[in-house]
Amino acid sequence: MLKRTFLKMGAALAVTASLASGASAAELNGPVNYIIPFGPGGESDISARFQQPFFKDKFGQDLVISYQPGGGGAVAWATLNGLSDDGQTIMGVNLPHIIIKPAQKDVGFKTEDLKVFHMFHFTPDAIIVRADSPYMTLEDLVEDAKANPAQVTISGSGKATANHLAHIKFDKMADIQTTYVPFKGTGAAVTALLGNQVKAEWGYSTVAATQGEEVRMLAVAMEERHPLFPDVPTFKELGYDMVGGAYRGIALPKSASDEVTGMWSDMIAEINNDPAFRQQMLDNGFAMLDVEAAGMEDFMAARSEEYLNDAREAGLIE
Amino acid sequence: MEFGHFLSALTPFNLVLALFGVVAGTIVGSIPGLTATMALAVLVPITFSMDPASALILLGAIYTGAIYGGAYAAILLNTPGTPSAIATTFDGYPMAKRGDGDLAVALACFASVVGGLVGAFALLLLAPPLSKVALAFGPIEYFWLSIFGLSLIASLSTGNLMKGLAGGAFGMLLSTVGVAEVSADIRLTFGSQMLVGGFGVIGALIGLYCIPVLIDLVATPDRHLKVEEDVRSVRIGEAFRIAARSKFNLIRSSVIGTLIGILPGAGGSVAGLVAYSEAKRTARPDQKFGQGEPDGILATESANNATVGGGFIPTLVLGIPGTPPDAIVLGALLVQGVRTGPTMFSQSGSIVYTFIYGLLIATVLMLPAGLLIGRYAYKSIVNIPKAVLVPTVGFMTIIGTFSIRNSVTDVILMLGLGVFGWVVGRFGFAASPIVLGLILGPIAEQGFVQGWTIGSATGNLFGMFFGRSISQGIIAFTLLSLFLPLYTAWRQRKKPQEQS
Repeated sequence: MLKRTFLKMGAALAVTASLASGASAAELNGPVNYIIPFGPGGESDISARFQQPFFKDKFGQDLVISYQPGGGGAVAWATLNGLSDDGQTIMGVNLPHIIIKPAQKDVGFKTEDLKVFHMFHFTPDAIIVRADSPYMTLEDLVEDAKANPAQVTISGSGKATANHLAHIKFDKMADIQTTYVPFKGTGAAVTALLGNQVKAEWGYSTVAATQGEEVRMLAVAMEERHPLFPDVPTFKELGYDMVGGAYRGIALPKSASDEVTGMWSDMIAEINNDPAFRQQMLDNGFAMLDVEAAGMEDFMAARSEEYLNDAREAGLIE
Repeated sequence: MEFGHFLSALTPFNLVLALFGVVAGTIVGSIPGLTATMALAVLVPITFSMDPASALILLGAIYTGAIYGGAYAAILLNTPGTPSAIATTFDGYPMAKRGDGDLAVALACFASVVGGLVGAFALLLLAPPLSKVALAFGPIEYFWLSIFGLSLIASLSTGNLMKGLAGGAFGMLLSTVGVAEVSADIRLTFGSQMLVGGFGVIGALIGLYCIPVLIDLVATPDRHLKVEEDVRSVRIGEAFRIAARSKFNLIRSSVIGTLIGILPGAGGSVAGLVAYSEAKRTARPDQKFGQGEPDGILATESANNATVGGGFIPTLVLGIPGTPPDAIVLGALLVQGVRTGPTMFSQSGSIVYTFIYGLLIATVLMLPAGLLIGRYAYKSIVNIPKAVLVPTVGFMTIIGTFSIRNSVTDVILMLGLGVFGWVVGRFGFAASPIVLGLILGPIAEQGFVQGWTIGSATGNLFGMFFGRSISQGIIAFTLLSLFLPLYTAWRQRKKPQEQS
């Protein structure tokens, strides 16, 4: 009898101890709903698809991807805080979207409403031309734009997006005036480039990876050259201080506990640290990023300031 | 393209996958609100553990089945299960009302198989050259194509031209609500967050088509569909004879569907519509389109299934997905380590060709599977008492709309549009022009803004809009479709006067 009581107490203690140890207390039970706030086929979707098999492999649960497009992502982000916060639902987030959209108008969510716990990659800005384009180097394009103001047409995905901000920034740095033509998503912007409707595209290094020999990337906005394109110079090498692109991460509802947030940050970090995952991402033109929950605040503050300044100067927000 | 790829597509496992995919796709497509995109998104992880070609066969089979399944609800409930089936309602529902629903479902099956085969053969034999079509279409061509689509309202609403155009204009207005696709402006939300996401096409389809049918079912004592007293034998033979007689219509519509499917962003709804109006324009005098003419179903259903093969052309050759389901297939391929794009046919040829043969096999399997499921769907809709049918369908409209993006707002907008649609329907305004405006409005707007931007930058605005040869062709067709009905009406009015 007495022995049994002791056993019970022991079990209770063990449970308490495991609870107290913190992060390890949170765990997944069942498949995870991974919401992408855009349609399929874009960079957000593709990178999530790359994570999917690694997640299943490492943590034994399915990552079920669903698409909830609308309002440039705003529809999904506005619903995030109403979803369950037990860690079974996560949502992709994109910079600059989650910073610029709420600054434009009330779209149902604010940047700080989203509990971003990991930024796992970015697609570096890049200027891309057709393989048969007369622009052999970035300088050729700049010279043409100087000689013929506004006549150099450049397609890109949407407005107030990474492509659009890159266009505004580069035009200012190079002291040129080009014409930005917004399209619905990268796919349509690339179609316009390949179809000779525009002279160049503001895209990402991922476009050059997909299109291969059909296109030429003139410069890429990274600190160092992309390993997949050892011959393509960075903007920095060419004298333009441009590093950046579209950053992608994952968020939880704001009310999620620190345990759940920590667990997710660790899990995504583990996938990100897998050499096979990194290689697959690089092979497809992505650039890796490892901002975990702990460093998120500083990262977001720095990005916000830069994006909001650029957008304000361009007259996109007040 | 060798015969070996055909044999590797024919393994028992791949055949089972193709059959399963077609059946699952047909069921998903038949339920308004459930789309091929959703089904594919959920199933992609299953394909990670398969070899790439089998995975693709499964995904392609689901996609092609879903486009066919969209016809059931269109015929039996006057509600397109997918946007591709909008024009199927024009003649399908009248046929079902007069008791020919089983015939209509069988016709849709034959047409879908023919269209699917033409599209898949185009993908097999002509993909690289045909992918040039996608590139030849610039912003301004999309603008004119959408104007052409809108002009079809005129030919579709004979005798009701003004009401048709008013509906189209209203649909275009609805399409501007929310965050604009290319300019990122937030428009017409009246300060409300509800409208930021705008009116979704699927929600509008369900609301504008299905809700009025439900209200009428409740408001009138009649049976939903007329049933013949004597149970007739299977009407597959009759359907086959009609389809065989209209082989020219089937081939023309399939070619139209393939070509429009190649254009990223245009999609099955436009293809079905263009094929329908072409069939109507070249109709024999005894054919009454819009009142249950079998050729109307044949045209739409062959064209929309042809877009499946057509849509894979830019997806595989250029790495640019034609439709959302294509985009999911593209993602699944990338995960498998297959590089789509210009080098795919040479580097991953065996996967590509096994997939295309798999798609062909799935399309052929759709014939028996589709006829069987179609019979079952028809019988159950006809035999279910109204007291069960109305709540069941009503429940499905709400779940279907909600599931698109887990949004209660979408359900409210759907119900609002439904009641609105029923009220204006009393005054002779049809749902189709409104939905067309909603689908084509953004395509027109984007094309116009982009064309205008490029035209002004290069200082050749007039040449941009009117100087390009493809544009001129589309403009000519637009004028034809706008003025031909007026001309025919004028001639018919003149004839009796001359005789008297």
